[in-house]
Amino acid sequence: MLSAFFIFNVKGEVLISRIYRPDIKRSVADIFRIQVVSSTDVRSPITTLGSMSFFHVRHENIYLVAVTKINANAALIFEFLYKVTGLGRSYFGKFDEDAVKSNFTLIYELLDEICDFGFPQNTEAETLKLYITTEGVRSERAMKEEGARIAIQATGAVAWRRPDIKYRKNEAFLDVVESVNLLMSAKGTVLRADVSGQVLMRAYLSGMPECKFGLNDKVLLEKEGKLGSAVSTVPGGGRKSAGAVELDDCQFHQCVKLGNYERDRTINFIPPDGECELMKYRTTENINLPFRVQAAVVEISKNRMEFKVSVRSQFSNKIFAQNVQLKIPVPTNTSGVKCLVTAGKAKYVGSENSIIWKISRFQGQQEYLLSAEAELTSTTTKKAWSRPPISMDFQVLMFTASGLMVRFLKIFEKSNYPSVKWVRYMTKPGTYQIRGDPSMQPSLRLFEPQA
Amino acid sequence: MAAAARGPKFFSTTKKGENFELKADLNSEYRDKRKETVKKVIANMTIGKDVSSLFADVVKNMQTEDLELKKLVYLYLINYARTQPELVILAVNTFVKDTDDINPLIRALAIRTMGMLRVEKIVDYLLEPLKKALKDDDPYVRKTATLCVAKLYDLNPVIALDNGLIAIVQDMLSDRNPMVIANAVAALAEISEASVRRDVFVVNTSILTKLLAALNECTEWGQICILNSLASYRPNDAREAGDIAERVLPRLQHANASVVLSAVRVLMIYMDFINNEELSKQIIKKMTPPLVTLLSSEPEIQYVALRNINLVLQKRSDVLNQEIRVFFIKYNDPPYVKLEKLEVIIKLCSDKNVDQVLSELREYCNEVDVDFVRKSVRAIGRCAVKIDSASERCVNALLDLIKTRVNHVVQEAIIVIKDIFRKYPNQYEGIIPALCENLETLDEPEAKASLIWIIGDYADRIDNATELLEYFLENFKDEVSMVQLQLISASVKLLLKKPGSAQEIVQKVLTTATQGCDNPDIRDRAYIYWRLLSSNPQAAKAVILAEKPPIESDANTVSETLLDELIHNIGSLASVYHKSPSLLGGSAVMEISRVRDILELEGDEPEVDARTVAQQVNEVVGGGIENLLDLDFGGSSDVLTTNSHNAYSSSSANPTPTTLRPQTSNIDDLLGLSDDHNGSSYGSPSMASPSFSMGAFDSIAGNSNSAAVERAEWLTPANAQGLELQGVFTKRHGQLGVDMRFVNRSAAPMTEFAIQFNVNSYGIAPAVGLQVPSPLRPNQSADVFLALHRAGGVQRMDPVNLVQIALKNNLGIYYFNAHVPDGLLEL
Repeated sequence: MLSAFFIFNVKGEVLISRIYRPDIKRSVADIFRIQVVSSTDVRSPITTLGSMSFFHVRHENIYLVAVTKINANAALIFEFLYKVTGLGRSYFGKFDEDAVKSNFTLIYELLDEICDFGFPQNTEAETLKLYITTEGVRSERAMKEEGARIAIQATGAVAWRRPDIKYRKNEAFLDVVESVNLLMSAKGTVLRADVSGQVLMRAYLSGMPECKFGLNDKVLLEKEGKLGSAVSTVPGGGRKSAGAVELDDCQFHQCVKLGNYERDRTINFIPPDGECELMKYRTTENINLPFRVQAAVVEISKNRMEFKVSVRSQFSNKIFAQNVQLKIPVPTNTSGVKCLVTAGKAKYVGSENSIIWKISRFQGQQEYLLSAEAELTSTTTKKAWSRPPISMDFQVLMFTASGLMVRFLKIFEKSNYPSVKWVRYMTKPGTYQIRGDPSMQPSLRLFEPQA
Repeated sequence: MAAAARGPKFFSTTKKGENFELKADLNSEYRDKRKETVKKVIANMTIGKDVSSLFADVVKNMQTEDLELKKLVYLYLINYARTQPELVILAVNTFVKDTDDINPLIRALAIRTMGMLRVEKIVDYLLEPLKKALKDDDPYVRKTATLCVAKLYDLNPVIALDNGLIAIVQDMLSDRNPMVIANAVAALAEISEASVRRDVFVVNTSILTKLLAALNECTEWGQICILNSLASYRPNDAREAGDIAERVLPRLQHANASVVLSAVRVLMIYMDFINNEELSKQIIKKMTPPLVTLLSSEPEIQYVALRNINLVLQKRSDVLNQEIRVFFIKYNDPPYVKLEKLEVIIKLCSDKNVDQVLSELREYCNEVDVDFVRKSVRAIGRCAVKIDSASERCVNALLDLIKTRVNHVVQEAIIVIKDIFRKYPNQYEGIIPALCENLETLDEPEAKASLIWIIGDYADRIDNATELLEYFLENFKDEVSMVQLQLISASVKLLLKKPGSAQEIVQKVLTTATQGCDNPDIRDRAYIYWRLLSSNPQAAKAVILAEKPPIESDANTVSETLLDELIHNIGSLASVYHKSPSLLGGSAVMEISRVRDILELEGDEPEVDARTVAQQVNEVVGGGIENLLDLDFGGSSDVLTTNSHNAYSSSSANPTPTTLRPQTSNIDDLLGLSDDHNGSSYGSPSMASPSFSMGAFDSIAGNSNSAAVERAEWLTPANAQGLELQGVFTKRHGQLGVDMRFVNRSAAPMTEFAIQFNVNSYGIAPAVGLQVPSPLRPNQSADVFLALHRAGGVQRMDPVNLVQIALKNNLGIYYFNAHVPDGLLEL
């Protein structure tokens, strides 16, 4: 239960203040400003002072803050705060100080609607947009004609969809977006690799379509006895032979009937109109790492440091990765770096203390090298360099690191219209990090000396 | 987009006499102008300007077809109704009219807003529309009205009860609409919590069925409400518990992390009822992946999840035992997530994965964040203490770290090595020379004290122990007491172990300690040793070189009763702080004063009722008392520190009567604590990394159970250098006064007590000087009644009954807040 909700800017000025329960006064905003915004060392997202607890989340250049005076549900409060940022993004595109200032009356309207007496109510953007709108005109229409219908929908069992949607062409787009998280030691051992994926759906379907959705989920396929005959064309030509993916866990949008999933692992739902995150999943088994990176850092002298980095793409050579970027940290006292690369461009970016190596198109089954020499200025402080990890950014289309694929998407609607379905796959990094080599010894001979 | 262009200017005006202009514009004949002006008023209200004087002019704009304008006026009303209760009546007509609107959104809006006004006068006007709204055809109106009943109860419980509103809400648990049910659950739970008897909302079998059905259909927030109510239900038998658990299991797949945690909470509670290992195992198996998934959510949610995973692990160590890798720290995790992951890693560390863990921990020691690096070094030590077979690898890892010569790493490593020495005596003395090489770089008391303790304990194996100690003794007088105490003990140990070699330095240190030190702890310890040594060297040996009790692994960091309480509160603030919920939010305190008020009104003589009050209060607070102590010491004490202090004190005071020992260790701890205790009794941001221990404070817990409960805890030994003060404002034979109990929990006598009141709402101040028996000896308690008069300075406080008090004794000045119970001054 929230007692109050505030939005602050980075200077600690109140942009929005909404009191939900009488046990809090408006002036508590000052406490937050003094204790959190102006404090340099905030080590927890929750600050408790006396009997008051402040929960805060930073988004763009604003703080979203909830205040409670009781033993509140902390998880709920943070979820709520993130829901508000989600609503803000959905309404204004970007949810920052300017957006808040320009739309403060609308935000107050939303806050009145999504939370009552500290209890969160309906927070679905699609429904809220029916009656809380930016143009005054539509809200008046909502007031006169549609009030009753909206009210039903805002409380109904299918709160996320209105029944009278019509499209001339019925289409559904599925995007499978995977984030590979990798933590590799300097020696090249994988410390941790997992994939967190999302299935994003954009539905432009008429009426109340009942959808059924199938993945190459190992448990389901085993249940159906289809494992042997399952389609083996895993996107991106992964190494998997079984063609089934073992999901560690998955989570669904509230439109998915969880009871059915628990019973027989089928995914049934009536999708919200437009875009939604239908499903999130996580897997740690049999991950195809799209890139393998090896790095060696050698301290040649006090003032010179040598970097050798190799990166190899491990996906099929029929596809390619875009916007590949490696960020190779160098010590803070670097004065200049000379780089040599076999592909793309690399340069030293002083503001980030890193060498940024960009390769715009990276074909599968290729290996590229970088060798660089950093010139260091001598410093008085003898503080050791903490060797931040090398991190990587990329996009590989039509490839899933987990090997997951969509087997089917069936759409049933009572008017029985034909529908077109599209599926795309993309893999990008979550945190793709290769740790710095702490030994600094030229132990790894990665490259032959170049002529 | 027009709004975007004109928006910022609402916030930018700072002219004088603005309210005057606004007033004129609010009465403009043009509707658009009025609307713009209302927006401006709201903007001013937001940034904290007082626009209450415009009340009547704003309210005039309420009756409008423009929904946006209407909502703005309502918002204004919510904020200022309490400042202008007479004028609210102006608005009532429009509200009542709106509750009859054909549009359910407007009906609901009117009901919702009226509930927020919190003016007694409006209650009469609210009743009828509210009753009607509860029976409205439209579920949107009904769900709004249910919460309005909770609002009304909060404002005036008697009216809500007398008009049967609560009964109506109870019936609404069978509503057709899941959202109405969810809100009814929320409202009833809230009312029940606030009511004296707490019987408004009792889940029984028939309600249970309805709740379980609604669980599948309502919004994510509604699901949380329902899961909360399931958590408080006590299943009749194992079978029912199993059935409910099965219905709850699918919730683990929900995208909303708080739904997942609420489900985990229900399952954790029900597993106790299920009594079936097979089924429990299955539940745990299903619970594990969602818990891991929580770690891919936003950092704040991760933090809450990690704190709860920590609890779940303490209760069921078999959860997550395969999953240690997901807790490995990412370079860009925020610090609070890093520290919590570290805690979980230690919890999950076993002889199977210890190598992996060690190499991770070694990696963390290279990071920049000093606090995190220290915790990582300490974690290596904790692994050594936890897993016997890995101790050697841990020691080697620590030695490697010492070789890095990074100052804070070295110091922390020495501190943990001392714990390893305690756990595995005489196994690793080979590394002592490596430790001693860093003698000169040590500048932190704890590191110095640790190294000195090691030197003292291994005095007979270290050839140059005398020299080493002499190095430290040079600055004996400038050291903090923690180091001084260790120096005294170590010197004496050296003398006993190598007779003859250290006579001189012992003589010197004891003389300095007894004659040149003001600190009674140091002086007394020196005297005891001196007398022991001079009267009976054999006894001295038995005392000072006594066998030390084994150091314990810190696998469980909260007490068992607290753990059970926290499991019942998974996901909540209490679970984040690992503190009893009764200590958060002060609801228990409110209950106490409420009960006291009732009893004082009923009873003729308050004194006679004291016992009953205490009993009642006990019932209300439940097991909260022992946890009060947990709270006081929370915040920064680390388990290993506690253990190590035990080590110090027990090595010196072991054979003395047992009551003395824990006391000494308390002092050590208090001293250790005071560094990071930010002055407030709890709630400092340093809570991000607490791992609490109760063990050392048993003696205090035992005593305070017998203390009079009616007094509030004003000062605790942790924040007042060992002084415990409880007190309450009261009247004795018609004389207003404050009844206090002073207890000296420190080892030193306390003198020079004095008290002062800050100006307060009632102008109360001490009528006479404070008379506390002086000196107040260790463990002595004194009850003092201090008469008050009302001739002091008056200043309105917030809350009104707040009195700020300063208390002084020979050890320092302490400030605290006290509250005058309602009604005391009127009677």
